[in-house]
Amino acid sequence: MIELQDVTKVYNEGRQNAFAAIRGVGITVGNDLTAVFKGPSGSGKTTLLTLIGCLARPTSGRVTLNGETISGLPEKFLTEIRRKTFGFVFQRFNLIRGLSARENVMLPAYPLGLDHAALTRRADELLDHLGLGSKGGLSVEHLSGGEAQRVAIARALVNDPEYVIADEPTANLDTKLTAQFLDIVRTLRAEGKTVIMTSHDPRIWQADIVDRVITLEDGLLTADERGAHAA
Amino acid sequence: MIRQVARQRYLIDFTLASMMRRKVKNVVLFGVYFLIVFVLASVMLFGSAIRREAALLLANAPEVTVQKLVMGRHDMISGEHLEALSAIRGVRRAEGRLWGYLFDRGNGANYTMMVPPASDTTHAVGPGEAIVGSGIDRVKTIGRNEYLFLIAPSGRFFKFTVKERLPEGSGLVAADLVLISEADYRALFDLPDGVYTDLALSIRNEKEVATILGKAAKAVPNSRFVTRSSIARTYESIFTWREGVLLALLGAAILSFAILAFDKASGLSAEERREIGILKAVGWETSDVLTSKFWEGALISLGAFLIGLIAAYAHVFFFQAGLLEPVLKGWAVLYPDFRLTPHIDPLQVTTLAFFTIVPYTAATIIPIWRAAITDPDTVMR
Amino acid sequence: MSALRRSDVAVGALAAAASLALVAMLHAFVASRTPPASQAVNAALVRDLGLTDLVLFTDARYTRHPSVADLHSAFQDHPMSLDHFPSGSLIAPPRHIFGTGPRFASDEEIPE
Repeated sequence: MIELQDVTKVYNEGRQNAFAAIRGVGITVGNDLTAVFKGPSGSGKTTLLTLIGCLARPTSGRVTLNGETISGLPEKFLTEIRRKTFGFVFQRFNLIRGLSARENVMLPAYPLGLDHAALTRRADELLDHLGLGSKGGLSVEHLSGGEAQRVAIARALVNDPEYVIADEPTANLDTKLTAQFLDIVRTLRAEGKTVIMTSHDPRIWQADIVDRVITLEDGLLTADERGAHAA
Repeated sequence: MIRQVARQRYLIDFTLASMMRRKVKNVVLFGVYFLIVFVLASVMLFGSAIRREAALLLANAPEVTVQKLVMGRHDMISGEHLEALSAIRGVRRAEGRLWGYLFDRGNGANYTMMVPPASDTTHAVGPGEAIVGSGIDRVKTIGRNEYLFLIAPSGRFFKFTVKERLPEGSGLVAADLVLISEADYRALFDLPDGVYTDLALSIRNEKEVATILGKAAKAVPNSRFVTRSSIARTYESIFTWREGVLLALLGAAILSFAILAFDKASGLSAEERREIGILKAVGWETSDVLTSKFWEGALISLGAFLIGLIAAYAHVFFFQAGLLEPVLKGWAVLYPDFRLTPHIDPLQVTTLAFFTIVPYTAATIIPIWRAAITDPDTVMR
Repeated sequence: MSALRRSDVAVGALAAAASLALVAMLHAFVASRTPPASQAVNAALVRDLGLTDLVLFTDARYTRHPSVADLHSAFQDHPMSLDHFPSGSLIAPPRHIFGTGPRFASDEEIPE
């Protein structure tokens, strides 16, 4: 359960080009839900996602995780919380070139110093699960867009996080791959993971697996509706 | 502990994978680095081995050498002083020495001509006989009949029977020596009787040298005294200086290399910045990013250092520093062929390690620092 | 699945190089403990013939016999004749030239 209390986020604070991306938002997410943030570009969706995922700190306001305030923690602890709690799927996938698909999946676990054989097995299982069993050894440059996204999803899952955070996951995918992505989300949801996404793709927020659709405009919440699944 | 080791292995894995992406650049960098260490270490090892050799060998040099100076120039000294010098308390023996140089036009080499001291019975030479150093044999065909032909500065022709060759391996002290009898020496250089190149004193107790020199200076005016300890000091400084010249040249090379490395490393590409952002976003700490960069610098510099050191060791002690030879040889035609006793000065190696590994590793880490402490949300923008 | 990891190769290579360097040091240590026969021969030659210098350069007298060369030998024949032997740039002027006070006779050996 992540709670944002009256959170604002100002970029370039104190400078001429200061810009308030989030202007006082209070929201609670979590509890085995699939939630989608929608809204036009520049509405603050992605910024809100970074605040929920502890990738950034709010300029003011509080972020709590399961009742504990985490927004003021030093970066070391924040990193640890982020690593344990969240898995990220980025819009541009952000895989590391030069590494194999398997190594990319293992990457978030590198600093943990786990047993190499066990970690390799875990990565292979995840890839297998996402239908990439044979591509583990391939360098990520040789993967197609859909494959790259699935590697990115496997990477997000390697530390077995409670939350999977995805920023515009289908922006670079065609209809078929979007359906495939929604299938994956369905599985994750069934496994009890909370999936939080941003999207301005109606195929996402109209999907039958979405529990909650939150609309943002100009850094403010304007609507919080139940999704197709809940309805 | 085991976790830490495993973590380091993962970070090395990652570092190597990202280095592989810039394979050519890293291989070239490693090569340049290796070369610098190799040359530096060769010079260092060569210098310290020679210094040690000089200290060991020249411990047997004459205690005091007396030279006459005329207008600052070395001149022939009269044998008359020998009596006064031997009379000084503490002087065991005073001997006139005859040695000088002969330029052999035939092959453009300089020889050191010398008369063995009377006290040396093993190298006694009779008139018309000569004992030659190992280097002479190489530049001059002595031939089967064992004759050595020399042209005196006066133009006269001299023929010596080579009685003996100084042993192989004595090149470091005797490569260019030609030992001939006193009578032949005076004839060769048209020297009058009773004059010597310099006088050698042998002294009973080395602690008395300063006192004896005081007395000797009064007995032999217009002279200069070279003591065994000043010979030793000459050699101590000579090779540090020589290294110094090479090191200065290489220092400039290192500096420009460091600047290049720093420039390369500090100009973090947008891709590298993004990569750091990704790593932080997926759960790497700043210290993980820095550690993996540290390994990048350390693998290149430590690897180049170790391999360079080993190669230099083999070069100096197994291949007689063949690549340095042209630098050390200068105009000398007769370059001694010697094998140095292997010797490593730990302090020097440590210094070399410090100056090769630390700057580069630091130069790779520091620019990363700023990128690594930024918030990871940049990858989302 | 125990394919060789990159880190194993790199650390292995580094360890191999390090142990080779260690072997070199050990070799140097042992070698300096057991000097070659030539060292005794050379030491005897130095003692018997009263040699003062190593044969490192044979091109100029101040580089062939730096320790006993007179102070002006590098100037060759006149003061403007600059040292032009390459080895001259590699050899330092004997240290006693830099001593303080009168440079001749007994003053030279006054202990520092």
